[in-house]
Amino acid sequence: MTTTPTTTTTTTATTTTVTATVTATAMRAITDSATMTRRQLKHLWRYPTLILTYTGVPVVFLLLFVYVFGGTMGAGIGGDRATYVGYLTPGIIVTAIAGAAQGTAISVAIDMTEGIIARFKTMAIARVSVLTGHVLGALVQNFIAITTVTLVAVLIGFRSAASALDWLGVIGLLAMFTFAITWLSVALAMVTKNVATASNLPMPLMVLPFLGSGFVPPESMPAPLRWFAEHQPFTPVIETLRELLAGRPAGTTFLAAAAWSAVIALGSYLWARKLYNR
Amino acid sequence: MHTSRPPAISVTGLRKSYGTHPVLSGIDLTIPQGTIFSLLGPNGAGKTTTVQILSTLIKPDAGDIRVAGHDPAKEPDHVRAAIGVTGQFSAIDTFLTGEENLRLMADLLHLGRTPGRRRAHELLERFDLTDAAHQPAATYSGGMRRRLDLAMTLVGTPRLIFLDEPTTGLDPRSRRTMWQIVKDLVRQNGVTIFLTTQYLEEADQLADHIALLSQGRLVAHGTPDELKRLVPGGHIAVRFTDENAYRRALHHLGATTHDDATLTAHLPHTGGVKTLKNLLDRLDTHAIDVAELTVHTPDLDDVFLTLTKEPAP
Repeated sequence: MTTTPTTTTTTTATTTTVTATVTATAMRAITDSATMTRRQLKHLWRYPTLILTYTGVPVVFLLLFVYVFGGTMGAGIGGDRATYVGYLTPGIIVTAIAGAAQGTAISVAIDMTEGIIARFKTMAIARVSVLTGHVLGALVQNFIAITTVTLVAVLIGFRSAASALDWLGVIGLLAMFTFAITWLSVALAMVTKNVATASNLPMPLMVLPFLGSGFVPPESMPAPLRWFAEHQPFTPVIETLRELLAGRPAGTTFLAAAAWSAVIALGSYLWARKLYNR
Repeated sequence: MHTSRPPAISVTGLRKSYGTHPVLSGIDLTIPQGTIFSLLGPNGAGKTTTVQILSTLIKPDAGDIRVAGHDPAKEPDHVRAAIGVTGQFSAIDTFLTGEENLRLMADLLHLGRTPGRRRAHELLERFDLTDAAHQPAATYSGGMRRRLDLAMTLVGTPRLIFLDEPTTGLDPRSRRTMWQIVKDLVRQNGVTIFLTTQYLEEADQLADHIALLSQGRLVAHGTPDELKRLVPGGHIAVRFTDENAYRRALHHLGATTHDDATLTAHLPHTGGVKTLKNLLDRLDTHAIDVAELTVHTPDLDDVFLTLTKEPAP
């Protein structure tokens, strides 16, 4: 008779202990990730060259494509230079994300080749915090790059018809996709022990907006390229941005973009964790 | 009085290979708490691999290992909480200032804001870095980097500290400063130090116990003096006050070599006190006046070169 309450009490106690341990572990992961993020932001603040470079490239692309190619491109999509600014801006925003990925890869690669990583690995800290610090720091960098590029686009005539809800969708989508691409660049940065090689691995990402609907409609491409453009992850992201910024419902492309982001983020996170722990 | 204290590190049968290349082929070690242990060996002997295994960075292939009472492979976080590691390559964040580096460690160790700041200032002062506290570590000299590196290791007051070649590449003055810091650590804080070095002088200066690692095996271990006695070559040099004493001494003592110009006789010395006492007795019996008597034990260089014979490349 008396055993039952005792057993129940023990089980509750054990559950409480386990819960407490899990909570403590999670708290430690959050605190340590916050510390590591502060470290990355200090780097960013003190040495802004990297972020300036990777923000500069998409801005130059934007100006080149609008003022050099814009007239012809605009005519090609049945409008003029002003029409092309509207078409191009989503593609340039995504190019900025791809560019920032290279900056992230460089900063991760430098970290991994320095002695400090051995120090972090021999400390009783949340193991993943080194990487989450890089990812959260990179999200801030991306936010700066995207905002800058968008502001320049507005300066040269880009206008959005998006409602508040559409903007929420834009921000949500950009956050998801940036998160995914950042984890991918973190993983790529750890593939080799060589900073130069590691930092060049995310380079092909810069080409993907071109091989998608970033700069011209895929319908104008030869069949095999068109097929690739229509089935690669950057296209649904660009298309969703284009629809939302124009104030039109995005529908299924939003789902495709979200699905791609989730798959890339999860796969890259697992890959990065494996490379980090090897 | 503390004989019952468990050793800081105990290792039995440690093995590690990279592919088919054996790096460590069966290492046994016991390091008592509060002592300085030096793992001495040429480049490529396996020193860094040993440190990496003991400090949870890599896993061994075989061996029973206890570091601060825990198995690094099974309970890495328990080991990590007890140790501090200053690796071969400076483990500082060169983008941050000296103070920020220390505060980073304090934050990761969850010391709290105010105690963390206090600890950082304490260490900056102790390691003579207060003036450079607000400069980026990238501007630091080699010696300053090593001091900051060690200071970062000490933020969490570890009981056991690994120093992997702490003075490689430092100038003689910085090296001596580093030695003094290491000695003070053991004396004042009672920590245990596991030091690797390729400098015999360093091991001789600092270590209570030395183990000689060569091609993945421990070829000798003991106190610096014990090791020096392992190789022949010791002798006693006796210099005499005058020609007469010198001549008589040569007749009575049976010197192996002598130098007429300096009135000095060299006698073989096996290292025991007995040889020395015997010699002094004989000098006394024959009433020979001695100007100077010096005992030459072989230095660690002799031991090193004799015991770590690497195959010709």
